[in-house]
Amino acid sequence: MAQADAGAAFEDAQTDSSGRLTTADGTPLRAALRRAERRRKVAAFLLVVPLLAFILTFFVFPIAQMMWRSVDNPQVVRALPNTLEALRDWDGRELPGEEVFAALHADFVVDSERPRREQAMGPLGIRLNYELSAARSAISRTARSAPGFEAPYRDAFVSSHRLWGQPELWRIIKREGRPLTASYYVAALDRQYDEDGSVIMRDENRRIYVSLFVRTIMLSVAITFLTFLLGFPIAYYLSILPMRHASLLMICVLLPFWTSLLVRTSAWIVLLQQQGVINSTLVAIGLLDDANRIQMIYNMTGTIIAMTHILLPFMVLPLYSVMRTIPPSYMRAAKSLGATPFTAFRRVYFPQTLPGIGAGGVLVFIISIGYYITPALVGGQSGRMISNEIARHMQQSLNWGLAAALGTMLLVGVLALYWLYNRLVGADSLKLG
Amino acid sequence: MPLPAYATTKDRIWYYTFRVICYAIFFFLMAPILVMIPLSFNAQPFFTFTSEMLMLRPEGYSLRWYQDFLGSDSWMRSIRNSFMIGIAATILATTLGTLAALGLSRSEMPFKGLVMALLISPMIVPLIISAAGMFFFFSQLNIAQSYLGVVLAHTALGTPFVIITVTATLVGFDHSLTRAAASLGASPSTTFFRITMPLILPGVISGALFAFITSFDEIVIVLFIAGPEQRTIPREMWSGIREDISPTILAVATLMVLISVLLLVTIELLRRRSERLRGLTPG
Repeated sequence: MAQADAGAAFEDAQTDSSGRLTTADGTPLRAALRRAERRRKVAAFLLVVPLLAFILTFFVFPIAQMMWRSVDNPQVVRALPNTLEALRDWDGRELPGEEVFAALHADFVVDSERPRREQAMGPLGIRLNYELSAARSAISRTARSAPGFEAPYRDAFVSSHRLWGQPELWRIIKREGRPLTASYYVAALDRQYDEDGSVIMRDENRRIYVSLFVRTIMLSVAITFLTFLLGFPIAYYLSILPMRHASLLMICVLLPFWTSLLVRTSAWIVLLQQQGVINSTLVAIGLLDDANRIQMIYNMTGTIIAMTHILLPFMVLPLYSVMRTIPPSYMRAAKSLGATPFTAFRRVYFPQTLPGIGAGGVLVFIISIGYYITPALVGGQSGRMISNEIARHMQQSLNWGLAAALGTMLLVGVLALYWLYNRLVGADSLKLG
Repeated sequence: MPLPAYATTKDRIWYYTFRVICYAIFFFLMAPILVMIPLSFNAQPFFTFTSEMLMLRPEGYSLRWYQDFLGSDSWMRSIRNSFMIGIAATILATTLGTLAALGLSRSEMPFKGLVMALLISPMIVPLIISAAGMFFFFSQLNIAQSYLGVVLAHTALGTPFVIITVTATLVGFDHSLTRAAASLGASPSTTFFRITMPLILPGVISGALFAFITSFDEIVIVLFIAGPEQRTIPREMWSGIREDISPTILAVATLMVLISVLLLVTIELLRRRSERLRGLTPG
């Protein structure tokens, strides 16, 4: 359209007194063209605006807000402003002095006068409990009696709950008495603060997340490799078949692709469980003793098998579309020049399929690293992935800050891979079906 | 590609081995789906073939799991929910996505790469993260546990597919047609509905089908933001698998496979039609 408008403007062009080209109404041609160009830009952008606004509001903003939760830390600041003020000069060694406990008492009194829905001690207890178990019960027990405490406050608090007598709780209050915190990330990396406030590794038996991240990555690598191993031969086979025959066989790839995820997962449960089809068949033909049915599901094996099956089409489709474009004459030329079939494949054919392998591999890896449903249903304990842990903190332990920190780390990883994918193939060249 | 006459024995062995491997992989892809279909007619509450079934005796087969499914209020409600949410999300996603694709495929579109990456992102971001974000946000807006919430979330997930399919259709689009219409006096909206729309329609419909299946198959978001009133088919299957797994699941699964086959055929026909319209050979 650009040329048409430019052409129209040019036909109407005249020359003004100083010899510059102008349109019929006397504006300089350059300005008229620029205005037309800008109008078209705005028109194109206006078409995108509704969706862009929708995605920004209902997708990007919620995720940004969730990421914010991983550092957001308002509870202590809101509940204990006086105490934090009094703690400012505390060295973090001995139990704080009477003036701090007096401030703490003042904070409890202020809070008890708030309307019930706005009270800050409940959220404070939940928040501190993430750092120190039993903190929640200390806060809630004290909150009931604290407004009635008399001086000396220190003894009153310590006798209401032993935790008030431990410097550790006070260190946590001082550390978390800031509007932003890194403690969720510290926990998400299996680390904790020591007495001096420096970050150290957790005890061996309490480390969960780093090894879970590692396992998630290893599982995704294994699944990606398996989909490549299975996907490459059939993509090649489909690409050398005549079109009619190939589209028939393509159904074997596309039907699973279009079938509901839960349908495919339940199909694998039916096949793999101990009373399922595979075990029963093996027992029936005498290969397996009835007592030693193989445990193939509710563990890592189950996750790998089911996810490889589910993600295989995502590898085959990009590979196939690349292989279709490779002329068979290249292989013939290589062979006629004396290459063995294997050398011809390795030196001539394989390098040309690399874009397809890259695209399919990154796609499968991105999808599998954030997978939730299949590991949750067939993964058991050993097949759990990081998404399952995020869901657990969202729904059961309700430690949303930690869920957000784990989610943010996963998201950053996925976005980095997406960027790589974009560099490799371009997001708009994504092919479907 | 048949074997040439001069093929050596080694060539022959490799030729057949390769085919056997390929068909084994095709079997791996199809078998799980095909196995469920006969098992859903099992007369016994087992997930394995009974001896009556293997001997093809009629008493080994029954429709009891289908009866179970059709007679259950919660399954029927989940079907209603799935279609209602799916159709509403599809309409929204297709409208917004088609408009955006029209804008994105214009050469004058500013910040094209950035906008495209942003609009495709719902397809890339792990569902658990989208679900977590939406859970908090929709709770604040008081639309968690409502149909509106689920529809909006599914719309966001469906739009990338519409954008991708419609943009692909627009690649071969001849813009001189719209110019011709405009020069003959058609208003922009007439041009759109009489010229552009019929030409990109196959892409729009297959985008709509993708958006529909995305919503129809979606479970993670539903787990997080749907209430008991909004349980969809996948949500019902999820609790079926987790709580008491009975062959009713397989009856549902068989019907779901049937729906996938219908969608697959429709998409394939549309793709061929679109390629014919654009003067490309099918394939």
